[in-house]
Amino acid sequence: MEGSDFISNLRFAFQWPYCERRCTYCNFNKYISTNVNHDAMRDGLVRETETLLGYSQVKEITSVFIGGGTPSLARPSTIASILETVARVTHVPHNMEVSMEANPTSAAASRLAEFKAAGVTRLSLGVQALCDRDLSILGRDHTAREALWSLEEARRFFPGQTSVDLIFGRPGQNVESWEGELEQLIALCDHHVSLYQLTLERGTALYKQVQEKALSVPEQETMARMYQAARSVLGKAGFLQYEVSNFAKNGAVCMHNLGYWRGRQYLGVGPGAHGRFAPLGEGETQREARIQTLEPSDWLREVRRFGHGTRKRVQQSELDILEELLVMGLRMNEGLTHQFWLQRSPGFDLQEAVGDAAEVKQYLEDELLVLDDRGLRCSWEGLALLDTLLPTLLHQLQLSYQKSVNRSLSLTCFVPPAPGPTPTSHT
Amino acid sequence: MLIGLGRLPVWFSRWRLFSVCVRLRLHGGASAGGGPPGGAGKDYPQRGKDNYDLSEFPTENIRNFSIIAHVDHGKSTLADRLLEITGAIVKTERNKQVLDKLQVERERGITVKAQTATLFYHHAGRTYLLNLIDTPGHVDFSYEVSRSLSACQGVLLIVDANEGIQAQTVANFFLAFESQLMIIPVINKIDLKHAEPDRVAKQIEKVFDIPKEECIQISAKLGTNVDKVLEKVVEKIPPPCANLSDPLRALVFDSTYDHYRGVIASIALFDGWVQKGDKIMSSYTKKVYEVNEVGILRPDQYPVEKLNAGQVGYLVAGMKEVKEAQIGDTFYLQKQPVEPLAGFKPAKPMVFAGMYPVDQSEYTNLRKAVEKLTLNDSSVTVHRDSSPALGAGWRCFTKCTLLLFWLGFLGLLHMEVFNQRLEQEYNASVILTAPTVPYKAVLSSSKLIKYGEEEITILNPCHFPDRLQVKEYLEPVVTGTILTPDDYIGKIISLSQSRRGVQKNIVYIDDHRLMMQYLFPLNEIVVDFYDSLKSLSSGYASFDYEDAGYQVADLIKMDFYLNGKCVEELATIVHREKAYATGKAIAVRLKDTIPQQLFEIAIQAAIGNKIIARETIKAVRKNVLAKCYGGDITRKMKLLKRQAEGKRRMRKIGNVEVPKDAFINVLKRQKDK
Repeated sequence: MEGSDFISNLRFAFQWPYCERRCTYCNFNKYISTNVNHDAMRDGLVRETETLLGYSQVKEITSVFIGGGTPSLARPSTIASILETVARVTHVPHNMEVSMEANPTSAAASRLAEFKAAGVTRLSLGVQALCDRDLSILGRDHTAREALWSLEEARRFFPGQTSVDLIFGRPGQNVESWEGELEQLIALCDHHVSLYQLTLERGTALYKQVQEKALSVPEQETMARMYQAARSVLGKAGFLQYEVSNFAKNGAVCMHNLGYWRGRQYLGVGPGAHGRFAPLGEGETQREARIQTLEPSDWLREVRRFGHGTRKRVQQSELDILEELLVMGLRMNEGLTHQFWLQRSPGFDLQEAVGDAAEVKQYLEDELLVLDDRGLRCSWEGLALLDTLLPTLLHQLQLSYQKSVNRSLSLTCFVPPAPGPTPTSHT
Repeated sequence: MLIGLGRLPVWFSRWRLFSVCVRLRLHGGASAGGGPPGGAGKDYPQRGKDNYDLSEFPTENIRNFSIIAHVDHGKSTLADRLLEITGAIVKTERNKQVLDKLQVERERGITVKAQTATLFYHHAGRTYLLNLIDTPGHVDFSYEVSRSLSACQGVLLIVDANEGIQAQTVANFFLAFESQLMIIPVINKIDLKHAEPDRVAKQIEKVFDIPKEECIQISAKLGTNVDKVLEKVVEKIPPPCANLSDPLRALVFDSTYDHYRGVIASIALFDGWVQKGDKIMSSYTKKVYEVNEVGILRPDQYPVEKLNAGQVGYLVAGMKEVKEAQIGDTFYLQKQPVEPLAGFKPAKPMVFAGMYPVDQSEYTNLRKAVEKLTLNDSSVTVHRDSSPALGAGWRCFTKCTLLLFWLGFLGLLHMEVFNQRLEQEYNASVILTAPTVPYKAVLSSSKLIKYGEEEITILNPCHFPDRLQVKEYLEPVVTGTILTPDDYIGKIISLSQSRRGVQKNIVYIDDHRLMMQYLFPLNEIVVDFYDSLKSLSSGYASFDYEDAGYQVADLIKMDFYLNGKCVEELATIVHREKAYATGKAIAVRLKDTIPQQLFEIAIQAAIGNKIIARETIKAVRKNVLAKCYGGDITRKMKLLKRQAEGKRRMRKIGNVEVPKDAFINVLKRQKDK
C-alpha cells in the first residue's frame, strides 16, 4: 500500500564533503583538502549508516544518493563498503537506484567502471556549461571537451541512467547562446537533464565579483526567457519536465529525488547531511528533521564517540510535514494528488487547506494553479512563478489548519476522542 | 553670549530626537540588599538590614539630584559607581546597565521610564540621604527630564573629556539652569587616550559661564575621583526646602503601572509626611485614596514605614489607571487640603500617525492592546480621527473605516518604539501611516467655522482643507541646535538649507568646534535629519531641537496611487516648492520597497488631479528556486515560512501588497534599509 511508504521505507543519502577546488558560485558545505584520510572517512560513514538505520528501523531502502562535495573523489571501495552496510542492515531491492554525482574530469571518468562495480547505477554529471570561458568563471576543474568526453564514457557505463547538470544565467550569457548550447547538448546527452539558474550566494567569489561589478549576470527578464526557452527546447526534444529543474525522457526520472518532493522519509549520513525520519529505534514515532555535524573532523569525532554525528534534531509537527508536502509537491508536474494529500492528512482536503482563499482563487482564475479532480498543481506558467505563489499558499494552509484543529477540539467536547488516524500510525 | 538659548521654557517642551542614552538599569537581584545607615557607628550600609527609619534624616541631610548628559558621556556608568560606593549594589562585579525587561529596550538600548535610587552616604561624620533621580535615558522622552528635575535641587552635568560639549549637553544645561538648580560640571572619561579635560573645561567656561576650576575630572569607568563627586553633591547642592510640620504636599513626577498592584506613583515630598493608612486626595481628580504602601527606590521598591518632607519615593494607593496618577499632580491629606504645586503641562505630541489593524478581524484586539499600552506610556496621545470644521473630513472618515486611532508621539523614535512594543508585547500587527506633524489652517470664511474655531489643527492629511477655504496654512517650526567640528560646516549649511532651515546663530565654542542654530520646519527634520547629519559628519555632529511655534507656509496635499487606487496611509502635506522633488523621491522609494508581484504596478504621485510623478514595477516573470533537494529543504522552508509570516505584515491596496513599514520608510531620505 502506498501509505506505508511514508514510514516503512527510506531514501538513503550520504555526503562526501571534499572537493578539489572551490567553485566560484558554490556555498555548500564542502572542504578542500589534499590529504583526506579515506579509511577514517569510510569507517565513519559505515558506522553512522549502521547507527542511523538502526534508529529508523526501516524494512527497506528504496534508493541511494551519493552527493557532496565531490563524491567522485571518494574511493570506489568506500562507496562499496557503505552500500554493503546498507544491504546488510536492511532489505535492498535488486534494482535499487544508486545515484552518484560526478565531476566530468578525466580522472573521474577513468574510474567509472570501478564505481559501477561498487554498485552505482546512475550518474549525475556536473557539466554546467559547454563553454570554456564560462567554466573558468564558474571555477570548474574541467574543460568543455573533457566534459563531453566524460559524458560519452558515462553513457557507456550507465546507458539510459546518465544525467547532465547545466547552469544558466551565467555572466555574459544570452538567450540565443543558451539555446545553441542546449541544442548541442541534446544531441549528445542521455535521458536526463537538470537545469539550474545560477544563484548568487552570499560569501561566494562570484557574489563578490558581481557586487564589485567585475562581472554582471543577466537581468531577471532575460533569466525568465532563458528558463522558458530551455523548457521549450527540451520539450520539443521529447524531454518531460517532471520538476522545476528536472527533465527526463523514456521515464528516466531520478527516483531518489522524487522521494524528496513526495515528502518521503530520508536518511542523511555524512558531514552536513540532512534527514527526515521517525527514529522508531529511539522510541520516537514523530518525524524529525535532522542535520549532521558540518565539519568533517568534528563529525568523525562524534561518530567515533556516539556512533553518529547528529548535530540537530527538530521534531516535525503534522503542520510542518504538510507545509513541506505542499511546498515540495508543487514543484512536480504531477503536483499534489488528492489521494496522496489525504493519506497524509485524512479529513483535511486540499480544497479546505488552500482552495478557499480569495488569493488562491485568483491564482486558479489566472491559470497559474490548477485544482481539479486529480489534485493541485502548477500550470506551465505557474511553475516558473511558484515561489511567488508559495507564501500565500503556505499562509493559507496555516490558517486553515488552525481552523480545522479548533474545529476538532470543539468536537471532542461532545464526542469521546476516537483513536483517529495520525500520520505516523499509518501502516 | 549664547543669544537665544535662554528662551527655553521651563516646561518639558524639549524635543530631543535620536540621542539615545541607556538609563540606569540595575538587576533586582544585585540591588536587593544594601542598607541604611541605621544606628550610629556604622560606616557603610550593609546588606540584609530591612527597616529604615527615614525620620532619622533631617531635611538638611537630604540631597535630591539628577545626572544629565549627552548620549554615551557616561551617565549610567557614573550612576553605577555612585550606587556601589554607597553600597546600594554590590561592588564586587563590574556593574553594567544592560539588564532590561522589555524586548524593545534590550534591542534598542533605550528606555522609556525614569528611575530613582535612594543612596545612603556617610560623610564628615554625618549620614546623608541622597536621592539620585535618574533622567530617563531617552530623548523623545526627554520631557521626563524636566519632570525629574522638578524634584531636584541640583544636577551633575556630565561631559565627555574627548567629545566635549554636545547638543544635548547644551539643552540639558539650560533645562537645569532655568529650573534654578545647582549645576556641578563633571568631566568624565579622563582615562581615555585622547582625553582633553582642560579643553573641555574651557568649553564649559565659555558656553555655560561656569569657572573651569569647578569641573570635577573623573573616570567613572575606573572610579577615579568619583568620591569627590559625592562630596560635592553634599557640599554644593542645597537640601530641599521642605517642612515636616506642614501638612503633606507631594508632587507626582512619574508613574508606572503594575498589573497586580495598580498604579505606582513616584513622588517628591515638599512638606509633611505620608504613611500607610493615610487618606490622600489628588488635587487634579479630587479622588480620595487610602495609602497601601510607601517606600523608597534603591532602585527596586523598598517599603518603608513613612516618607518625610524632602524625601523621594513611591506610593501605592489602589489607583487602577495611570490617568489617576497624573504626572505633575499634587497629593495631600484629605483632611488638610493645601495649595497644589505648580505641576506640568501635559506632554506635547510632535509627530502624528494613524493606526490601522492589518485586517479587520484584529480590530478589537488592537484597540485593547493600544489601550493597555497607553496605560504605561501616558505620553502617547489618542485622538479621534475626525475633522470637526470641514465636511470633507467626514467623508474621509467614513472612507477610512478601518482607521483605529490617530496617535500623537513625542518623536519618530517614540513612535517606532510604541509600534514595536505593540507587536512584541501584545502580538498586535498594525499599520502606521506615514508620520506627519500638526499643521494648522486659518479658515477664510466664517461660514466654514463650526464650533467657533477659526484656526484648525490638521493631524490627518486626509483632512487637509482646500486652499479656497483657508486664509493661510501654518506649519510647526523648531529651533535646532547643532554642535559640530568646523570641518563639516559647509556640508551642514547646505543640508540645513535643503531642509528650508534659516540660520539664527553661529558661534565657536572653542578653537574648532561650532554651535549653530537654525529655525527649521518640523516636518523637514522629524524623519531623517539626524541620520543625514550624523552621516555627513562621520558621526561628530550632534543635534537637538525645541518647539518654536508656527510659521505661515505654502502647503499642499499630495496623494499617492497604486494602480489607480489612492493610498490614504501615504497622503502627505508638503511645501509647494518641494512637491515635485518629494513626489518623485517617494515614488522611487515605493518602487524599491514594494516587492514585485504577479502584475505590473503603476505608482503615481498626484496633487489634486494632476499626476506629478510616475514609476512602474514590472510583473515578476520567473521566481522559483532551481535546486531543491534534501539539504535545501530546511533552508527553503525557513525562508518561505518567513515570507508567509510576512503576509500578515502586508497592507493590501487594491490587490497590491505593500509591506506595512513602507509608509515610514519611504519618507526616509537616506537608504538605510
